[in-house]
Amino acid sequence: MQFLKLVLRNALRHRLRTALTLLGLVVAILSFGLLQTVVSAWYAGAESAAPTRLVTRNAISLVFALPISYRDQIRAVDGVRAVSHATWFAGIYQDPKNFFPQFAIEPRTYLAMYPEYIVAPQEFTAFLRDRKGAVIGRKLAGTYRLKVGDVLPLRGTIYPGTWEFTVRTIYDGVDAKTDTSQMFFHWEYLNETMKKRSRSHGDQVGVYVVDVADADRVAEVSHAIDALFKNSLAETLTETERAFQIGFVKQTEALVVAIQVVSYVVIVIILAVMANTMAMTARERLAEYATLKVLGFSPVYIAALILGESVAIAAIGAAIGIALTFPVSDWFAAQVGTLFPVFKVSGKTVMLQVLCALGVGVVAAVVPGRRAATVKIAEGLRAIR
Amino acid sequence: MNETAASLPLIDIRNLAKSYRRGRQIVPVLTDITLKVHAGDFLGLMGPSGSGKSTLLNLIAGIDKPDAGQILFDGVDITRLSETELADWRAGTVGFIFQFYNLIPVLTAFENVELPLTLTRLTRRERREHVEAALALVGLSDRMPHYPSELSGGQQQRVAIARAIIADPRLIVADEPTGDLDRHSAEEVLKLMDRLSTDLGKTIVMVTHDRRAADQAHAIMYLDKGELSTAVDVHERSLR
Repeated sequence: MQFLKLVLRNALRHRLRTALTLLGLVVAILSFGLLQTVVSAWYAGAESAAPTRLVTRNAISLVFALPISYRDQIRAVDGVRAVSHATWFAGIYQDPKNFFPQFAIEPRTYLAMYPEYIVAPQEFTAFLRDRKGAVIGRKLAGTYRLKVGDVLPLRGTIYPGTWEFTVRTIYDGVDAKTDTSQMFFHWEYLNETMKKRSRSHGDQVGVYVVDVADADRVAEVSHAIDALFKNSLAETLTETERAFQIGFVKQTEALVVAIQVVSYVVIVIILAVMANTMAMTARERLAEYATLKVLGFSPVYIAALILGESVAIAAIGAAIGIALTFPVSDWFAAQVGTLFPVFKVSGKTVMLQVLCALGVGVVAAVVPGRRAATVKIAEGLRAIR
Repeated sequence: MNETAASLPLIDIRNLAKSYRRGRQIVPVLTDITLKVHAGDFLGLMGPSGSGKSTLLNLIAGIDKPDAGQILFDGVDITRLSETELADWRAGTVGFIFQFYNLIPVLTAFENVELPLTLTRLTRRERREHVEAALALVGLSDRMPHYPSELSGGQQQRVAIARAIIADPRLIVADEPTGDLDRHSAEEVLKLMDRLSTDLGKTIVMVTHDRRAADQAHAIMYLDKGELSTAVDVHERSLR
């Protein structure tokens, strides 16, 4: 009790100094949490990928399409349970900054392959009946205040012209990690329109999504699909959905690494601040520590006092910083709109925040704790006044 | 020479030497000090600044180690004790009174006095009783919940005296106990120290510049340039 009393009262002794150190800690832990959440958001697509889903794309580049005729051939490959396809639309809603993913899909097969998207059955039927109907995610609907029945006009970039869609249903995610910032519409609508404009632009899809019956056979099925189209006009590259998503992230890997580095630099800076605070504190109290030693308290007790104070300050800073991470990340997510489909503070991030704060508390106390524990009593007593 | 148990000194210092290193230079502080202090003695150590008074006090109290010589306390050579053994010995044997009181500012008067007892096996209730008695002895029963910053210098020093005697030590060492006090407060503190010696029979070694303070002691010894002016048996001198 005496120990805890001393630790807590010492921590609150220089209120301004402790408050400023706490402020620094809170900002550092909050920044670290936010930056780590940005990194997690970057990998969210890969994290939510199903192990049995493959993506088959044009081997030359993703910008080149694949013929719709491949669908039946892929379906015939041994081990394939279902095949669907998706085509990147890249339309602009009102303003180019209003980015969100739009895919032209074959609705029945595609949504059956993604059980994480939950759609109301009646609304889904209405969507199937409407060639210009669209399915949008809950987050997307919230961001642009869209509701069922609203008209959603998009200005095409890859597919020129103004395309009008009617929101027929809003899907929810099965959990917080599910991306609900997307829009899906009928590939048939896109295909028919494009065919009317030019025959050569018709009957093409962006990628095939392949559902494999056995997760252990994904490599074998991938090879089988690619072998099927070897030496054709549009050779394919098949990979797991996770690898496909990571491929996207890799394009911006330098940025992600930079964010990671900055998040840890913030921790190193606050470690320096905290170490300085504890060094000043210990130096000022050298005579008190010497007095405690005179009274019979051990050097370990003295070091533990400094460690306890440092960890207590770090723990309070971490608690406030972590508590603030949630509302601030929600605010941040609202500001960036659908740029990050999933922007949630994960348990891993909170754990990292706790570990960093604990690390800062412990490391900052090492040098002053050692000094106070080992200083000779007579020398310590001379430090008074 | 045969000495009876009654005449055996409590503190027997033999050929004590201590020097400090300043850069490459070794500065001798104490040279060949020999001194005997008997149980119940109240010894005043006087001398000019830098004469080694505080160093000698620190050595007697086991908070510093000599370069040579022996310090026998009740027959035990404390210079041979390890740091841990010395810490235990200090906790059980020595009470300290400092010039600047050395109270812990974040603890109340009660908590400061209680501090040495937290190292013992006494129960909370027993500790409370001891602390209340010690604070009553120094006339500060009404100041128990006060922090040092809320007390005058004299009151702080009385709290320090209560802390020094709380574990019932056999030896009390005081380093300039009146050095930071006004005349009135100093007199109060000196009266208290006299009571510790006469009523409680404590052995006291006090370093002081203050002649009036030294006059409270049973014997006064002078230290100059690291040497005691006369290496006399204090007990004999006090008896005279």
